[in-house]
Parts: sequence; C-alpha cells; structure tokens
Amino acid sequence: MTAHPDRWRKPHMIESPLLRYALYFGILAYLVLTIATLPIDWLRAAEGLERAGRIFNGAFPPSFDRSELLISGFLESLKIAIIASTGGMLLSIPLAFMAASNISPKPIYYLGRGTIIIARSFHPVIVAIIFVKAVGFGPLAGALTLIVYSIGFVAKLLAERIEEIDFGQVEAVRAAGAPFLSTVFYTIFPQIMPRMIGLGIYQLDSNLRASAVVGIVGAGGIGSTLANAFGRYDYDFALAITMVIVGAILISEAVSGVIRKRLL
Amino acid sequence: MTGKSTMDSWARFTPQQRMKRYGSFFVLALTVAWALRSIDVIWEWVWDAPIQLFDLFDRMVPPDPTNLPSILEAIWQTINIATIATFIAVFLSLPVAYIAAQNTTPNRITLWIGRFILVSSRSVNTIIWALLFVAIFGPGIIAGIIAIMFRSIGFLGKLLGEAIEEINPEPIEALEACGASRFKVVLYGIVPQVMPAFFAISILRWDINLRESTVLGLVGAGGIGIILQGAIDTFQWQEVSMVLLTILALVIVGEVISTTLRKKIL
Repeated sequence: MTAHPDRWRKPHMIESPLLRYALYFGILAYLVLTIATLPIDWLRAAEGLERAGRIFNGAFPPSFDRSELLISGFLESLKIAIIASTGGMLLSIPLAFMAASNISPKPIYYLGRGTIIIARSFHPVIVAIIFVKAVGFGPLAGALTLIVYSIGFVAKLLAERIEEIDFGQVEAVRAAGAPFLSTVFYTIFPQIMPRMIGLGIYQLDSNLRASAVVGIVGAGGIGSTLANAFGRYDYDFALAITMVIVGAILISEAVSGVIRKRLL
Repeated sequence: MTGKSTMDSWARFTPQQRMKRYGSFFVLALTVAWALRSIDVIWEWVWDAPIQLFDLFDRMVPPDPTNLPSILEAIWQTINIATIATFIAVFLSLPVAYIAAQNTTPNRITLWIGRFILVSSRSVNTIIWALLFVAIFGPGIIAGIIAIMFRSIGFLGKLLGEAIEEINPEPIEALEACGASRFKVVLYGIVPQVMPAFFAISILRWDINLRESTVLGLVGAGGIGIILQGAIDTFQWQEVSMVLLTILALVIVGEVISTTLRKKIL
C-alpha cells in the first residue's frame, strides 16, 4: 500500500494476483487439455443437426394414438411410487433413529449412517440396473430401487431432525420411568411428525419423477414405455409420453407443495 | 384442549382429532392396498428376491481389480463430462436467470420466456435428455455433456434467479441515481451481491452432475456407465462390484470437496 490510485477499482474476489492468475491459467489449461483429448467423434456429431431435424419432424405432431399404453404405463409408475414411498418411509423411520447421534449408541449410529451414505451415493438408475438383473424386468425392480432411493433421502433428513429435538421432554418422560418405546412414541414422534409427513409427501412426488427414469433400464412404469418408443424410432409417441411426464411432474409438484404448505 | 376435569385417564388427542387421524390412515391404507393389488408383479418373485439378491452379492465379492486402469480412465472421463458440462451450463444459465428473476427481467414476456426455459429444462430428467441427444449426436461423450448441460441450466437458472430476487435493491437505486448504465448496474450492483450464491450453487450442481454422469453410459452417453453396462451384460459380477466401489469413492470425494468449498465461500 504505497500511493493511493486515483481511480477506484472493483476489489477482486481473490486478493493475491499470483493465486488469481494461477487459478485462471489452471482452469484454462484444464479445459484445453481435456477438450483436446476427449474421444469425440466430431464427424458423427456434425451429422447431428440433420438428424435432429429428422427426429423433430418425426416427433411433430405428438401422437396420442396408443393412449391406453400411455395410461397403463403411467398408472404403473404411480403404483410404483406409492409402494416405494410407503416402504421407504417404513424402513427410513427405524434407520433414522439408528442414525441419530443423540439417541443411539456409537456402533449402531455408524451402522445407520453407513447404510444411508451407501443408499444415497448410487444414482437410482445404477441401483435399478442391479435390481433388474437380480429380480427380473418389471415394476418389482422399480419399487425396490425407489425404496433404496427413498431411504437415502428420507432417513438422512429425518435423522437430522431427530438430532435437533428438544431433549428435555425425553428426560422428563424417562425420569417418570417410561420404557423405551413409550419414550419414543410420546416425546420424539410428536416432535418429528410434521417433518415426517412433509418428507413423505415430498418423497411421493420425487419417486414419481424417478420412476419415469428407472423405467428406462427396464424397471417398469412409464419410463419403460418411453424407452421402447425411443428404441422403435416412434418419436411422435415418445414426445407424447414426455409431455405427459412433464405435465404429471408439474401437477404433482404443485399438489405436494400446496399440501406441505398447509401442513407445516 | 377442552379436557373435562372428570376424565379418568389422559389421552393425547380429542375424539375428533382421533377420528381425523384414523380417517387419513384409512385412506392411506386403501391407496397402498390398491397399488399393491393391481400392480403387475409376480409375487413368487418377490418372496424369492432376497435369495436372488444375496446370490448376486455372493458372486460380486471379492471385487476384481484387474480392469482397474480402464475403470479409472472412465472415471476421469466421467469427471470431465460433469466438470465441462457444469462450466458451460453456468455461463448459459446467467442470462436465463437474469430474465427469469422478477426484479431484473426487462418485461413480462421475457419473464415468461425465462420461466418456460427453466421449467422445461428442469422437468425432463438428465437420462431422458441423454436418450434424445444420443439419438441426435450418436453415442459418445458429446451427447452426455449436452444432456447434463440442458438439465443443469434449469437448476442453476432457478436458484440463481431466486438469489437475484433476494438482493438488496438499495445499491442498485444508488447506482441508477448516479446515472450508471444498465450494464454497470448489473456489474457493480447485482453481481457482487449474488457472487457467493453463484459459486455455492455452481459447486452444488457440479456435485450433482458428478453423480448423474455416472449413469449416462447406461444409455450410451459416455463415462463409467459404459464399462458398468458392459460388465453387467457379460455377467462379470466381480468387475461390476469394482466399478460400484470406484463410483462410491468418486461420489463421496465429490461430496467432501463440494461441502468444504461451499463452507469456505459462504
């Protein structure tokens, strides 16, 4: 800091100029190197525009000719979502108690946290492809996948909520000599109930979305219908399915938002 | 609660509350029963599922590391897909966020255009985008990068737009009062206020994209998913478990990096 400059200049986010330019240079070098070495088939990609034109020509207007296939696929997705949300909630509650550091002993806590981390880390599509191989094509694989997916999300947030409860009530009921289950039912559940219901509704919405995706690898529901339509170059039917999926997602998002707002 | 003083025992709910609770439980049970009864599932398979799963698990251990070099190469490719796609999407989402935020959008029409872009990008999942772009550009990384980009624009644009809506309007009024041009207002009034949120959102999306790009390969759009699909199709279960372990490591490392970076910024 010697002489003050005449003009004010915006302070930089990173003070040290050396670090700043090193960072810029690093980002640039990374981009140039990776884009240069990526195995990209530019010739094939250049055909893209023409192909895109053909696909969009085939897709318009969307065809609702086989709407019974569409409806049955969608209903299957809905059933998968309902079953997976219920099953996921039922499994998430004990798991959340296991993974809450304020009520469970250390070894059980680590077991619960570990299960949640593993359930969260794998994308539902990967889980789905494993379940499809293990239990065969169809909605069963989809429901199992989404149960795992629900556990990863619901159990994590529920465990965090349990860790935030007011412990005074627990101590009071314990001091009155209540056994473990009564303590849980009369002190912990009333405190976490609103969050639990909110999470359940959110998860139903989220499972409906995900069931459209896991179907693409064969786990039933509207996703399977979509993947089939795409595989047969039925782009007009595929567009109709996509429109229905988007519409359903928007509606379910709105409904779940309204219900959660009224509950909380 | 209007508890009568002569009540013999304490109860948590009034009779009316209890009826409401039983009613909602009943509706819930009915819905689940409908779903369970009408879903197209062969129930013998369900009872068989645990045995099948343990059998599969048995065949997966121990993981087979012979293919580790090519797995790691694919993981590097996966990271690149996620990073480049996030990088491009961040820039593309800036104008969208600008027109989709109520306080900066030029007029109502642009507001609706912005919202339309956000909603259509967000409601189509990455995998569905990938299906489309694989059909357009052919199997490969390009389809993957573009698919992730398309999905990310909606996410980034929405959150960034919300951040813009929450800014303090006073610096902007001050700048406008001094006669600053629109460009300068954005640069000196808005950008500094949303900068931390901008970086936090971008890093969060990078973390999500890392996860999503692990599955792109399953529809042919590059990355580790291709190796996974190949190993599953040839029943190389020990290689499958190796791939799954590397994905697990990748995702956990990504999450650790993104949480520490976001903590530093906010």
